[in-house]
Amino acid sequence: MTELSADVVVVGAGPAGLAAAVAAAEAGAHVILTDEQPAPGGQIWRQPWDAQPPAPSRELWRRAEHRGVRLLPETAVFGVQEARCLRAASPGGAVTIRAGAIVLATGALERMLPFPGWTLPGVFAAGGIQALAKSGLEVAGKRIVVAGSGPLLLAVAAFLKRQGAVVLGIFEQAEAMAVARFAGSLLLHPGKLRQAAALLGELTGIPGHHSAWPVRAEGTGWLERLTVRVGDQEQSFELDFLACSFGLVPVTGLAELLGCRVESGAVVVDRQQRTTVPAVFAAGEATGIGGVDSAVIEGAIAGAAAAGSMDPAPSLDRRRNREQAFARRLALAFRLRPELKALCEADTIVCRCEDVRFGALIRYGDAREARLATRCGMGPCQGRMCGPALNFLRGWPLPRPALPLIPVTARALVTDATDRTASATFFRES
Amino acid sequence: MLPDVIVVGAGIVGAAVAEALAVAGCRVRVLESAWPGSGSTGAAMGHLLVLDDSEAQWRLTRLSRDLWDARADQWGAALEWESCGTVWVAADGEELELARRRGAWFAERGVASELLDQVALRAAEPNLAAGLAGGLRVPGDSVIYPPAAVRLLLEGAVRHGATIAAGTPVKRAGGGWVELTNGDRLPAGAVIIAAGLATPELLATPVEGLALIPKKGHLAITDRYPGWLRHQLVELSYLKSAHGSAPSSVAFNVQPRATGQILIGSSRQLDTLDPTVEPATLSRMLARAATYLPRLETLTILRTWVGFRPATPDNLPLIGPVPGQPRLWLATGHEGIGVATALGTAALIRASVLGEAPPLDPTPYAVDRVVGWMAHA
Amino acid sequence: MPEMVRLVVDGLELQVPAGITVAAALLNRRLVARRSVGGEPRAPLCGMGSCFECRATVDGRPHTRTCMVRVRNGLDVRTDD
Ligand SMILES: Cc1cc2nc3c(=O)[nH]c(=O)nc-3n(C[C@H](O)[C@H](O)[C@H](O)COP(=O)(O)OP(=O)(O)OC[C@H]3O[C@@H](n4cnc5c(N)ncnc54)[C@H](O)[C@@H]3O)c2cc1C
Ligand SMILES: Cc1cc2nc3c(=O)[nH]c(=O)nc-3n(C[C@H](O)[C@H](O)[C@H](O)COP(=O)(O)OP(=O)(O)OC[C@H]3O[C@@H](n4cnc5c(N)ncnc54)[C@H](O)[C@@H]3O)c2cc1C
Ligand code: FES
Repeated sequence: MTELSADVVVVGAGPAGLAAAVAAAEAGAHVILTDEQPAPGGQIWRQPWDAQPPAPSRELWRRAEHRGVRLLPETAVFGVQEARCLRAASPGGAVTIRAGAIVLATGALERMLPFPGWTLPGVFAAGGIQALAKSGLEVAGKRIVVAGSGPLLLAVAAFLKRQGAVVLGIFEQAEAMAVARFAGSLLLHPGKLRQAAALLGELTGIPGHHSAWPVRAEGTGWLERLTVRVGDQEQSFELDFLACSFGLVPVTGLAELLGCRVESGAVVVDRQQRTTVPAVFAAGEATGIGGVDSAVIEGAIAGAAAAGSMDPAPSLDRRRNREQAFARRLALAFRLRPELKALCEADTIVCRCEDVRFGALIRYGDAREARLATRCGMGPCQGRMCGPALNFLRGWPLPRPALPLIPVTARALVTDATDRTASATFFRES
Repeated sequence: MLPDVIVVGAGIVGAAVAEALAVAGCRVRVLESAWPGSGSTGAAMGHLLVLDDSEAQWRLTRLSRDLWDARADQWGAALEWESCGTVWVAADGEELELARRRGAWFAERGVASELLDQVALRAAEPNLAAGLAGGLRVPGDSVIYPPAAVRLLLEGAVRHGATIAAGTPVKRAGGGWVELTNGDRLPAGAVIIAAGLATPELLATPVEGLALIPKKGHLAITDRYPGWLRHQLVELSYLKSAHGSAPSSVAFNVQPRATGQILIGSSRQLDTLDPTVEPATLSRMLARAATYLPRLETLTILRTWVGFRPATPDNLPLIGPVPGQPRLWLATGHEGIGVATALGTAALIRASVLGEAPPLDPTPYAVDRVVGWMAHA
Repeated sequence: MPEMVRLVVDGLELQVPAGITVAAALLNRRLVARRSVGGEPRAPLCGMGSCFECRATVDGRPHTRTCMVRVRNGLDVRTDD
């Protein structure tokens, strides 16, 4: 078993983590950067299987490498052994990583909402189909509906179109007015406005709807047909794939295990991206959904602070404040409407791991009681899918994270310090 | 006339007591501070077993196992009942001798068991390490899912007219009354406190010497591996860990669940109320399990958690009336076998409350024995 | 043309491009990754290792997330998870 150590350990190699690793290394720190995925880039800069990583990711990684940042790919942090000491699972076995300071850049997950038929093969998360297409799923020529909520839908629709898919329509649950107001506010962010304009240009020809959402997916064994509600009307499509998610949820499990305060689902940080635990910093979507620009800025601040720099550079500070205002407008514009709670019927499966239906849950008043009684959220995904859904549907808090944060072998949970020989000699010869 | 009954606490013990008294015809109210099963019971393995540690423990476990068995047909599937039996695993010749003696003791008392030699042990559990001396199979032991048992028992009570008030913390209780934290005072013909570890602090008039010791335990559960494990396996030196006074110990104790998952225990820590999973203890516990089941190390662990067993200094539960406080009973202190012994406990309480003949001699579990505990401490 | 590798799924040989994930390879043939505990067919959902819907037995290792595994020559996949 291996033990590693560094001045700064960055967990997550998305935009926030890459920026943090670069800033910390450029400030002179010895940096380890871990990510569960095989390559750096995180969600937005995920490398396609048959092409180069996107330019900004390449650039940050070039700088990181230049400064000697050590990347541990396919290395998922699953536990906290003691203060500033993490345990991670890697292809070669479990590793212990000691850190002078930790930067949490664990990103976000998509929120899925259950509706009849959502468990059929062919139904994907919106970012999920993009990730799968980047890892080899053929989408060219496929008829795809994009639905749910948030700007991610537009990015995914444009991506799918570029890959040659036939995007039948985009169905956004938010009201047109709210989205228009949000779009208007982009005037304050010229860079984002240009990106948005380019994106909308790419989407020309794809029907877009607001106040619209999927109500039913059908098919024998695979998705064949989707019914969506647009205002008061229902429409049906024959299709190959559905790409659907309802916004993003910060990934805060590791922060919670470290004892950091989490409020409204996001890791609480101050101006230096410090969490409430000494020497633990957080940046990017883990601290609230703000998009890639804010992830990079926060990462840079966190990385520098973790390496010992005192105050954030004033320019970064100003930009971050602007980005946070953007994040607040984003959350407001794409707030989930209460009608979506009615999508899930009594016999709709909520927990995919244990096949728990909504009707089996609603008789319990307490989330923990329901989970214990039905095993909802106790399968391998540990509530990552049903947790955010039930948070919206029932107001239930997300399951409390515990060791291991992701399923790992029993061997990985046996730490180096445990004296195995003591128990091995236990078998005296008979 | 039958008394109106208040049961404080809806763990496995409170649920069983509520059901027994409701079925007997009492009007039963269950007051639970959080939700049913939220205490030790929700954290437990559901091993139903007989134990020969002392004559008193034997009688209570034996009675209870028979009472559980009587429910198997009706409730089996809902309880996730597994008739898997226990295998007490002997590491060496010395432990195999212990196994043989335990088997003989069981036989004298009419409980079936089977001594396994090295070969038979491996045939019974192919994933066990080579070189283990053998074991004792007790085919009549089983496994259930404790939260399901609480639910079924309370449903039974409700069918017989009981009411369950979850989210209703009791502040204190005395002979024939309880006071809620909201100030309401409720009278009752009989009050049974089955509040687990919280029991002593609920007594308005303290019982001198009464103390419960929290014994923290860790558990880990795997993904589904149907057929991987066939019996509940426990190391023969288990009772040393269970009853020892070492501040921290681990023992090999694994359980096959109806889902094909494997529940891995166990640890015991005396000096802590920390509700978090401790990596170092978990590590020792899993390493211990892997010395018996080497391939266990390759299985995937989904979750880990901890619970606190309500223990007494003499390793026997407190079941019976509180001396000098008429209309007040205690039912707690079952340490690591409260699920296994819940139905026997309920039968004893029922007999005591209704003045019926007890199903077994209640003296060893009587509350008045705590007077001596101060002197020991 | 990308290099192709041989993947064995439930005994059936597939030629798939080197570098793609097992999850993508299964989806491209409309093969489901697993059956749920209630017997429903399930396929990858999140593509990023979170949902565990893409689990299969890969080279004898049960419960492996196929979206996290790249295809290799001779890799053995069983969808009996
Ligand atoms: C599926 C998905 C697709 C998205 N696609 C787009 C898009 O196309 N366009 C867009 O503008 N925005 C997209 N977003 C939004 C995107 O999250 C942000 O714009 C940006 O990627 C946030 O950067 P980040 O560094 O905070 O997090 P992320 O990019 O999410 O990076 C977090 C990284 O942390 C790693 N990680 C998490 N926990 C651990 C752990 N315990 N151990 C090791 N590694 C860990 C993850 O593997 C991940 O690589 C997407 C979001 C999601 C969830
Ligand atoms: C790791 C572990 C493994 C175990 N494995 C087994 C096993 O395999 N077999 C077995 O038989 N036993 C096992 N046990 C032991 C078993 O869990 C306990 O003996 C049993 O659950 C005790 O039940 P109880 O009802 O007395 O206590 P609890 O389950 O703790 O119930 C007490 C109830 O009282 C409520 N309460 C507390 N204060 C108040 C108040 N002021 N007002 C109202 N209500 C209140 C609590 O909320 C709780 O619901 C295990 C325990 C642990 C920790
Ligand atoms: S597709 Fe979700 S974990 Fe693989």
